[in-house]
Amino acid sequence: MLIFEHSRKGRRNYSQSPATPASKSAIPQNLLRKSKVLLPEVSEMDTVRHFTRLSQKNFSIDTEFYPLGSCTMKYNPRACNSLAMLPQFLSRHPSAPEDTGQGFLACMYELQEILKSVTGMAGVSLTPMAGAQGELIGVMMIRAYHESRGDFARTEIIVPDAAHGTNPATAVMCGFKVVEIATDKDGNVDLDALKAAVGPQTAGLMLTNPSTLGVFEKNVAEMSRVVHEAGGLLYYDGANLNAVLGKVKPGDMGFDVIHINLHKTFSTPHGGGGPGSAPVGVAERLLPFMPIPIVAKEGDSYRWVTEKDKPQSIGRLSAHMGNAGVLLRAYIYVRLLGMQGMHRISEFATLNANYLMAELRKAGFEIAYPNRRASHEFIVTMKDIKDKTGVTAMNLAKRLLDKGYHAPTTYFPLLVPECLLIEPAETESKETLDAFVVSMKEILQEIESQPDMVKGAPHTMSVRKLDDVKAARELDLAWKPSA
Amino acid sequence: MPFIPHTEEDIAEMLASIGAKSIEDLFDEIPKELVSGKLTGVPAGLSELEITRLMMERANKDGFYQNYIGAGAYEHHIPAAVWQITTRGEFYSSYTPYQAEASQGTLQLLYEYQSMMASLTGMDVSNASMYDGATALAEAALMAVRSHKTSRKILIPKTVHPIYRQVVRAIVSNQKIEVVELPYDTKTGQADLAAISKTDYGDFAALVIPQPNFFGVLEQVDELTDWAHSKNSFAIGVVNPTALAMLTPPGEWGSKGADIAVGEGQPLGIPLSSGGPYFGFMACKNELVRQMPGRIIGRTTDLDGKEGFVLTLQAREQHIRRSKATSNICTNQGLMVTAATIYMSLIGPEGLRRIAAQSHASTLELVEQLEKISGVKRTFSTAAFHETALTLPKPTADVLAKLKQKGILGGFDLGAHYPELGNALLVCVTETKTAADLQNYAAALKQVLA
Repeated sequence: MLIFEHSRKGRRNYSQSPATPASKSAIPQNLLRKSKVLLPEVSEMDTVRHFTRLSQKNFSIDTEFYPLGSCTMKYNPRACNSLAMLPQFLSRHPSAPEDTGQGFLACMYELQEILKSVTGMAGVSLTPMAGAQGELIGVMMIRAYHESRGDFARTEIIVPDAAHGTNPATAVMCGFKVVEIATDKDGNVDLDALKAAVGPQTAGLMLTNPSTLGVFEKNVAEMSRVVHEAGGLLYYDGANLNAVLGKVKPGDMGFDVIHINLHKTFSTPHGGGGPGSAPVGVAERLLPFMPIPIVAKEGDSYRWVTEKDKPQSIGRLSAHMGNAGVLLRAYIYVRLLGMQGMHRISEFATLNANYLMAELRKAGFEIAYPNRRASHEFIVTMKDIKDKTGVTAMNLAKRLLDKGYHAPTTYFPLLVPECLLIEPAETESKETLDAFVVSMKEILQEIESQPDMVKGAPHTMSVRKLDDVKAARELDLAWKPSA
Repeated sequence: MPFIPHTEEDIAEMLASIGAKSIEDLFDEIPKELVSGKLTGVPAGLSELEITRLMMERANKDGFYQNYIGAGAYEHHIPAAVWQITTRGEFYSSYTPYQAEASQGTLQLLYEYQSMMASLTGMDVSNASMYDGATALAEAALMAVRSHKTSRKILIPKTVHPIYRQVVRAIVSNQKIEVVELPYDTKTGQADLAAISKTDYGDFAALVIPQPNFFGVLEQVDELTDWAHSKNSFAIGVVNPTALAMLTPPGEWGSKGADIAVGEGQPLGIPLSSGGPYFGFMACKNELVRQMPGRIIGRTTDLDGKEGFVLTLQAREQHIRRSKATSNICTNQGLMVTAATIYMSLIGPEGLRRIAAQSHASTLELVEQLEKISGVKRTFSTAAFHETALTLPKPTADVLAKLKQKGILGGFDLGAHYPELGNALLVCVTETKTAADLQNYAAALKQVLA
């Protein structure tokens, strides 16, 4: 039932808005709204009940295991939320003077410094509001760098075929042509293809390492040399930073610019699809082009770095300073973990992934890159199973929902057929992983004994398989009252 | 080990299963020369008790002020239920609703949100939100250019939020789109319609129309919309969602209505919190829906014919279309929209109208009181919504600094962005201020200016 269907004309929550309608008005008649606003007229209790019930139709980290590759679904500590929501932080206006926000700015400054040190970059700006915006900002800085040198010939960005879809989309949004390069049979970028692709037209290479195939790009140093020698810059998509945190720094791998998805490595909540937050880090030569604002420390006080300090900045990419509340949550998380805890992120994410990979292999699943270590994630391919039984990766994914597990990422990366990208994250216990393996084994048996049942999954959710084709053909994007 | 449940026994068993001697072995594919040492830039970990003390100290340092700053972020009452429900784990810690059957809560909520925003803006359809108001406007500009076919030019009056104009420029210039700024009338504070309609801007893709504008002033939206349409261009409205409860929505501007409506959603239940996370909203006419960026939710049916909700029109998006997507945008501001949907449900149509009317009336009331102070006058002659520019007899920065000492954040200094206005201050009042608060502000300003 939609919230609108609970609505009754004239129902109102008296404590939530002014008791008497204000009469003083200077708004000209011709600008006043004549049509009705179709917000529901529902009681506070019915509202609370409606949205509580809706929440119960969701899977979430707080209720289920999410082995969702490339997404890093791990525990979001409650303290990060409650401390970021202290009333003084919530009530602070973004344009309030700097001296009324020294506590907040201290947190932001320290977060910048910590991110710099763990990534090996020379500068960090916290403004990007999501991974894709971090990418956009990163690629904009690459463009600004080349143009500042009078080099306008660099029109291409190289992207491996295993990359996240945001990489090529970002390059195009930034006005670049995308050149895709292939991956070899072991999951590394094809070096010869890269060498053939670079030239005076190369603005840069965007790379995720470990890659979306869940393996460490062994040739990264050589790739860095090839791209730099051609005059291009290296972009690090920090989506998988959690796999190598404390082991290897993007700065040491030769990257010139990176973004860090805080909702992944630094455990800020996914919130059903956002808000994200993705600070960008840069090497020395890109410092002048960083987006503003940035926080500077002078003596014991903090202030915003603005256009005046950075005249070559690519500018502002949000109305204020990005997703401040998300940044606070990440700061609190980092301080709770401390240095040792930061090292353990990659160590235990990798332990969990390799253990789960070993156990699933023993259970009879085919691993896409069996000769490689898993990073924090790995790929199972269902190609043989599909060829034999007609059951697809998507069918298995939906059947997992019935077993109380969120599905792994399916059909990404695009180059492995019928793939399941599985990432357990470091906060899951061995028992949870073992129970997941038991369910995966059960599904293998079900695929043998009752394939049609598996194909019809899910069976226990609030709805069965939904008609996507109908949704796109007969667009129904907004509720309208019946006439 | 914070948030890591492994016992020594677990670790040993897991390594045995993998066939590795140590956790360190699992990183043996990383070339030795790249391996870094300890993360010495990170301080030692704190207990929850210790981090609580630290954050409380910092929060207390920032304290509380009586706030009269608006300028794109507005203080409103937020019902307690909004964030109590929003931070339920099932909303807070859920993923993007790609697995529709396991995400019906989020998907239905987003459909309800889209319905509310479409009605509020007077448009046909809304997406599931953008990052913030500024980026929503930039995306609207890109969308207009994609849909227009012949022009890569956008007209933006200087009465649009100055930072929004900067953000639009930063984003669209990557695609060689030209941004032309239009003049405003320094007497009325409105986009200068007379001057604009006499100028030949050539072919352009869209005109941006703010309502209210950055000065709080109400624009001649009907005339501006019709003018844009007469030039075969799109009209993009940038609107305040609270104001829409009182003001004609973009979908009804002029004879045909604006084509795209965007804005900052923060006033709908999102705390000020130093600037984010907020959310941008975007709504449009049916004809443009396939050019709209971002997630869109549709209502459909399941195998049994039961109603359900899915992400739809995904062929526009980066995870399917890669380099041919309408935008690189991946996330929406899911949790913020959750809060906004609960807020709009609790407040209802009459509540939102009263909040808008009270904010407007209290602004009038404060301005009347302040105008009685010698040397203070309204900067513009035209009606405003809940923000008004005032011209002061002393430098704005000095006045604001003295008000701050009295615990009052007196408004936004217009000098940096509009030096031609002299000592100008933008003051905002919402329903959160009482009559006593307004008297207190007036008395404080009088003292400061004495």
